Amino acid sequence: MSLRTEPVTMNVGPIHPSTHGVFRMRVTFDGEEIVDVEPVIGYLHRGSEKLAEERTYTQVVTLTDRMDYVASMTNNQSYILSVEKLAGITPSPRGVWLRMIAAELQRIASHAVANGFLINDLGAWHTPLLYMLREREKILEMFEMLCGARITNSYLRPGGVFMDAPDQFWPALNRFLDEMPNRIDDIERLLTTNEIVLIRTQNVGVLKKDECLNASITGPVLRASGVDWDLRDKNPYDYYDQIEFSRPLGEIGDNHDRFLVRIFEMRESLKILRQCIENIEPGPVRPKEVPFLVRPPKGDSYVPIESPKGELGFYLVSDGGISPFRCHVRAPSLINLTLLREMVLGDKIADLFVTFGSIDVNMGEVDR
Amino acid sequence: MNTVLDSVVFKFIYCMLVSSDECANSFKIIGSGFISEKYAIIGFLITAFFLIFIIVNGALVGVLALIWGERRLVGRFQARLGPNRWGPWGIFTPVADAIKVMFKEDISPTLSDKFVFILAPILMVVPVLMIFAVIPFGEATFLTDLNVGVLFVLAITSTNTLSVLMAGWGSGNRYGIIGGLRAVAMLLSYEIPMALAAVGVILMAGSLSIIQVIESQVIPYAIFQPLGFLTFLIASTAELNRSPFDITEAESELIAGYMTEYSSMKFGLFYLGEFMATIASSAIIVCLFLGGWKGPEILPSHFWFMIKWILMICVFIWFRATFPRLRVDQIMELAWKGLFELTLINILSIAILMLIWPDPSITELWIMTGIKWIVFFVSLWIFGKLLGPKPLQKNGVARKIVLQK
Amino acid sequence: MFGFGLIKGLFVTLKNLVGPTFTVQYPNKRVGLIKASKYYNKNPFSLFKSHPLEGFKAIVGQAVIKEFPDQSPRFRGQEFNWFEDRCTGCASCAKYCPLGIIEIVTHPGEKNIQEGTSYDIDVFDIDIGRCMFCGICVEACPFDALHMGSGFERAIEKRENLVISVDELRSAEKRPSTWFRPQMEKSSYEPRNEKIEDSHDVGRHEKPSKEELTKRWVNER
Repeated sequence: MSLRTEPVTMNVGPIHPSTHGVFRMRVTFDGEEIVDVEPVIGYLHRGSEKLAEERTYTQVVTLTDRMDYVASMTNNQSYILSVEKLAGITPSPRGVWLRMIAAELQRIASHAVANGFLINDLGAWHTPLLYMLREREKILEMFEMLCGARITNSYLRPGGVFMDAPDQFWPALNRFLDEMPNRIDDIERLLTTNEIVLIRTQNVGVLKKDECLNASITGPVLRASGVDWDLRDKNPYDYYDQIEFSRPLGEIGDNHDRFLVRIFEMRESLKILRQCIENIEPGPVRPKEVPFLVRPPKGDSYVPIESPKGELGFYLVSDGGISPFRCHVRAPSLINLTLLREMVLGDKIADLFVTFGSIDVNMGEVDR
Repeated sequence: MNTVLDSVVFKFIYCMLVSSDECANSFKIIGSGFISEKYAIIGFLITAFFLIFIIVNGALVGVLALIWGERRLVGRFQARLGPNRWGPWGIFTPVADAIKVMFKEDISPTLSDKFVFILAPILMVVPVLMIFAVIPFGEATFLTDLNVGVLFVLAITSTNTLSVLMAGWGSGNRYGIIGGLRAVAMLLSYEIPMALAAVGVILMAGSLSIIQVIESQVIPYAIFQPLGFLTFLIASTAELNRSPFDITEAESELIAGYMTEYSSMKFGLFYLGEFMATIASSAIIVCLFLGGWKGPEILPSHFWFMIKWILMICVFIWFRATFPRLRVDQIMELAWKGLFELTLINILSIAILMLIWPDPSITELWIMTGIKWIVFFVSLWIFGKLLGPKPLQKNGVARKIVLQK
Repeated sequence: MFGFGLIKGLFVTLKNLVGPTFTVQYPNKRVGLIKASKYYNKNPFSLFKSHPLEGFKAIVGQAVIKEFPDQSPRFRGQEFNWFEDRCTGCASCAKYCPLGIIEIVTHPGEKNIQEGTSYDIDVFDIDIGRCMFCGICVEACPFDALHMGSGFERAIEKRENLVISVDELRSAEKRPSTWFRPQMEKSSYEPRNEKIEDSHDVGRHEKPSKEELTKRWVNER
């Protein structure tokens, strides 16, 4: 006996508890099974790239904060590296170390948010999320010490950072480094062997190696599929070539691998932070000769960095003026999102949100 | 009428109203009431009304307390404080919630089926209130002692399936329909393990009356038949639509499932029904498995019942604070491939043990308990192997991550 | 065994149930006797004498005391701090503001300050309804006249009132943030506790002595 069924189309989002912002999907499903997903983006489009064309190079830093608003430090970093290459500025060593510390802290915070919300999409009643946010809170407090803001940092400037870290920053960072491994252990005890998490995430939303490479997916999503590609290692920017760290790689590329890869990367970031503290030396945080109004020569530059979400790069074209002639952002969230349909077809409705959460997109970055 | 008069509270109020010989014998202090024995039925009705009034309002207050307690406790589980602004320790927060819910605009969507839409929340609350009728809150303190109490509870709880389906269908919303249909599938499936787990209890007690079940518990059945307790606990969590089985509401998937289109007091009724069901279901678990009002005689029986009851509710809150949600097909799998068989094993083992020791003494009871625990671990291990997550590696840890140097 | 991971998870949440919370309470919090007496700077017995009601509340942990979250001195707060006698009316801040929300109108001043002619400020409007508190205006100010504030309690009922006018800037309490002002950080200044009255204290140079001034402006001219 076969039941006659017919597919139903339903709008998920842009206002929905687990679309991580204002993402919209037109989901066609048959019973509980997903037949088709059509992502609709653009609800958070603010024209950041266009706005950058009429702002000076320093002012654009504030725009980059608002692209990926859970990882502003790495956005700043990517943009500043691009400007430095464009204008031929050699940054001060202390400034570089400081922005590496900031970027790694931001990576931990971003991964904590990603994993927390992934588990929240699984339906945990906010508990793991709040444990993760508790750790993120400490990082944000450190950011407040560094630059006076918690999310929209604008900490970096061409040539380094705008101001040296205050005295109370270093004890706070050391305390964090001592505490954090235990906290991650706690999270792992709660989640990585949790049978419900395992059966919900394993073999769901599988991305094969070649699919990833074809769609130019980067970041933890790519590494979870088993491709050893980390720009900090393959194309070191800042002083990452002086630092030793390992890259966690997944096997299958399912949601659980992506979850675990992020947890392991948090541990690796802690290692990097320790090495940064060892290597940092006193000195100016940005060279004196860099003017407030940077005026790079004609040309273009693109420096990709490994942001928490993947390869993030600012393509800047200068016409010799005080503001970029053209600014284009290679946003990892947008590109990682391209395979969403392939990942969820044939799965259940509940898996759609988990898979979507495991990609860790940020709508501010997708729509820009 | 006579079974009802076994209840001390009932008899007390009844005797204040009606003058009868029986009353004069049992309560010498009060003496006899003003209604003559000829019209005893009037006194009986007034007493019943009075008691129902107490129980309904008690349940409402219980719901308010539970809302507050749940939010506070979940807050503490999540390393935060929970509501603490409105009144000392935030105890007036549910009152504020209730006022807010009552004054909200009552919206019924254009596409909704009005009759079904309005009927659904009412059907959610009424059956749950009826469960309280058969719960003994302490020694000889109950509204009525039904001789088919357990069956009554199981039957009444299953009616909220209908309410959920009506709400989902009537609201004319696709989220609602998915929620409603999920609810039907899940609630119907979990009726069976729930009933079968109760059969284990009934076999031991030899009666369907809840009072009899409590009185037969020399060792609480939670210890005596862990398999039955576990399955009943899981099944009733599912029946309550609570995490990890809250697929019918599924905040992160279906927004609010069948309640998506409801607002104002209609939503409030759903909320009420759900929390009341949690209270009632905890009471049922306490009665069937934790020995009801029984306890050392330091405290009166009512206190023992209260303590166990609150602890049971806390366990539900603890579950909610810890577990992620299961997927629809996994929930079905758990019900039909896991709990159903486990309850059958439970019944079978009890039946065999009762054949061996038809009239067990205390030592024999403890031996039976030991055997039951062995059965519990063995069967759980086997079912974990069969149903558990497949790629578990050594030490039960799924480490597949390679660190690339 | 199946279910073992779940039980481990239950114990993690149980550990957090008895562990400390991370909630920051604002603007007040409820405390017990010890903290309340510490807050009023009294021993518990004299607390009962001076504040009997609070004392009784404190026994059940319900005494209300003021609480403020920790705040970094660099915190970029809402109300801007402006030192008029440092300002020359150059409008760098207005020029570098990414959103163009600073409006400055000046006229050539009557008074001649030593370092050249300064302008009198007629209008200095900062529309903090549109401000994103990036602090670039502060960074651009060549004379350290404009500073970020340190507060965040500027909730206002009307949109018009969000514009900070020049009078408001003049009369406001000066609690500047140390954002982009390393000279203030060196003197371990806390904007929460201290006010700054003298505009010389916020500058990046030492205040010149009278001899230096005479040497520079009288003898060498």
